[in-house]
Amino acid sequence: MSILVIAEHDNSSLKQATLSVVAAAKAIGGDIDVLVAGENCGAVAEAAAKAEGVAKVLVADNAAYGHFLGENLGELVAEVGKGYSHILSSAGTTGKDFMPRVAALLDVAQVSDIIRVESEDTFVRPIYAGNAIATVKTSDSIKVVTVRPTGFDPVAAEGGSASVEQLDVVKDAGLSSFVGEQKAESDRPDLASAGIVISGGRGMQNGDNFKMLEQVADLLGAGIGASRAAVDAGFVPNDMQVGQTGKIVAPQLYIAVGISGAIQHLAGMSDSKVIVAINKDEEAPIFQVADYGLVADLFEAVPQLEEELKKVL
Amino acid sequence: MKVLVAVKRVIDYNVKVRVKPDNTGVDLANVKMAMNPFCEIAVEEAVRLKEKGIANEIVVVSIGPKACQEQIRTALALGADRGIHIEADGDVQSLDAAKLLKAVVEKEEPKLVILGKQSIDSDNNQTGQMLAALTGMGQGTFASEVVVDGEKVNVTREVDGGLMTLSLNLPAVVTTDLRLNEPRYASLPNIMKAKKKPLDTMSPADLGVEIASRLTTLKVEAPAGRSAGVKVADVAELVDKLKNEAKVI
Ligand SMILES: Cc1cc2nc3c(=O)[nH]c(=O)nc-3n(C[C@H](O)[C@H](O)[C@H](O)COP(=O)(O)OP(=O)(O)OC[C@H]3O[C@@H](n4cnc5c(N)ncnc54)[C@H](O)[C@@H]3O)c2cc1C
Ligand SMILES: Cc1cc2nc3c(=O)[nH]c(=O)nc-3n(C[C@H](O)[C@H](O)[C@H](O)COP(=O)(O)OP(=O)(O)OC[C@H]3O[C@@H](n4cnc5c(N)ncnc54)[C@H](O)[C@@H]3O)c2cc1C
Repeated sequence: MSILVIAEHDNSSLKQATLSVVAAAKAIGGDIDVLVAGENCGAVAEAAAKAEGVAKVLVADNAAYGHFLGENLGELVAEVGKGYSHILSSAGTTGKDFMPRVAALLDVAQVSDIIRVESEDTFVRPIYAGNAIATVKTSDSIKVVTVRPTGFDPVAAEGGSASVEQLDVVKDAGLSSFVGEQKAESDRPDLASAGIVISGGRGMQNGDNFKMLEQVADLLGAGIGASRAAVDAGFVPNDMQVGQTGKIVAPQLYIAVGISGAIQHLAGMSDSKVIVAINKDEEAPIFQVADYGLVADLFEAVPQLEEELKKVL
Repeated sequence: MKVLVAVKRVIDYNVKVRVKPDNTGVDLANVKMAMNPFCEIAVEEAVRLKEKGIANEIVVVSIGPKACQEQIRTALALGADRGIHIEADGDVQSLDAAKLLKAVVEKEEPKLVILGKQSIDSDNNQTGQMLAALTGMGQGTFASEVVVDGEKVNVTREVDGGLMTLSLNLPAVVTTDLRLNEPRYASLPNIMKAKKKPLDTMSPADLGVEIASRLTTLKVEAPAGRSAGVKVADVAELVDKLKNEAKVI
């Protein structure tokens, strides 16, 4: 068996999610190659070559891949991947965009968002917002699979010494072009890989009040998330949404503030190791999954939390 | 221009699903079904394009058992003009759904195809991208804004880390994210009118597509549940527990 892992990156650094995908590849077993497609992405290729368990890094460095357009990546990965038994990527928004194209071009099914490997052709994935867990077996010769990074502990980022090979495959479908982007700049840890996440919901009332959460997050080195209601109301940007249709997180500690605990929200955080809920409504469903529940007004509790943390940290 | 919208019949998003005791799937007997929320957003976007005079016809298509016609009628009540029901009773997986939709695209030749980004039952997030690949169209997935501009469409996408805007040649495929629009409700007169709108039924064979399951669901289980923990009296106790009991800070 030979597995091609598609690296997730921003042309300058390798996303930790890729290390979790390599871990999923190891669970399948076989030779693991990593494809780094991007523009001026040499540093990413170097990082990928150091990851534990990687045999070879293939680099497709071209302007056509600079913005990870699904049409171009789809053609590239379908061509490079057709000699492999498995093609894996993370189930981030880039992987979700191009991988189904790869599957369709290869005329195979895709298994989305797996959280466990049972065998070479059998995988476990959540459905219905995580309210059911399905074990699915694919009969296709090439298995196209997206991986939920929180399902797999990342392999070590250092220690490997894979060879690096430049590919000379340029696929420019000419169907789409990049116009612009609005990236939320923040020094805070990435939500998907943060060890601690503190999230606010509709109970926060407005975007300014999220500053209270930022102060706590700064003390804890935490990432900040939100419920859909908080994003829809315009308190915070879309990329902070945690849930079935937002980001999936599984930190050591998840603190939900002013969040009721709708199933769609729980789908994104219920694999967290420890869950804390702060909510003034003692009937709020979030308390049914919380390890520690505090029934309190968040406008009193969050500043107190900041003070108490300062004492012990 | 003509807009094609694909809508899927799924379990209502308010329903708490239950896994069947024999682990073959989830219990769908007597459960409330509805249009997939992302598909409602797709229909709404098409209707808005029509209201702006950009679209002149909206065709809505659904694949599934006869009961899907309810969701097609809902879309017609919301403003779609015509429905196509592809009747398929068994398991229609994303790739086959995409192949069926491709056949419809070839017949109807829409300028824009709008789908939901994912269906809330199987959570696959595949069909639109597969359709785009099979038809050789560009794709604007997870759209939060769609602006048609002559022979192009600009799509702003919700991606990890923020928003990204693409320009796509038409015809193109767009899949909807939550914040693209807020779907309207159908009015009673429009629900009555929708009953008279045309709805064609066809089979996969009529479209020359053979349904082939490649994925077999071996079992479906309930997730390992979390049980409620303890309530703490105040913030000081909370911090003490996090530090000394859970040891996570
Ligand atoms: C298709 C679909 C997809 C969805 N995807 C997602 C998703 O990915 N992520 C997601 O989060 N949601 C998602 N939702 C929405 C979800 O159903 C809920 O509507 C949403 O999670 C509610 O957010 P909330 O808990 O912040 O708001 P609410 O449910 O309004 O809860 C606010 C909570 O704050 C508490 N509160 C208010 N004031 C205070 C105070 N002063 N002190 C303490 N507590 C206070 C209240 O008691 C209440 O429990 C989705 C819905 C649909 C239909
Ligand atoms: C009656 C029936 C029974 C099924 N039983 C099983 C089963 O037992 N086990 C199993 O594994 N799978 C089953 N499936 C198939 C499973 O639901 C497919 O995975 C699904 O049809 C396609 O994937 P998705 O909806 O998750 O696609 P996604 O890619 O998540 O959907 C995205 C969008 O594609 C469009 N779309 C998808 N499907 C349709 C459709 N049918 N009609 C119109 N538009 C659509 C919608 O716009 C939707 O928002 C069944 C399907 C049907 C119709």
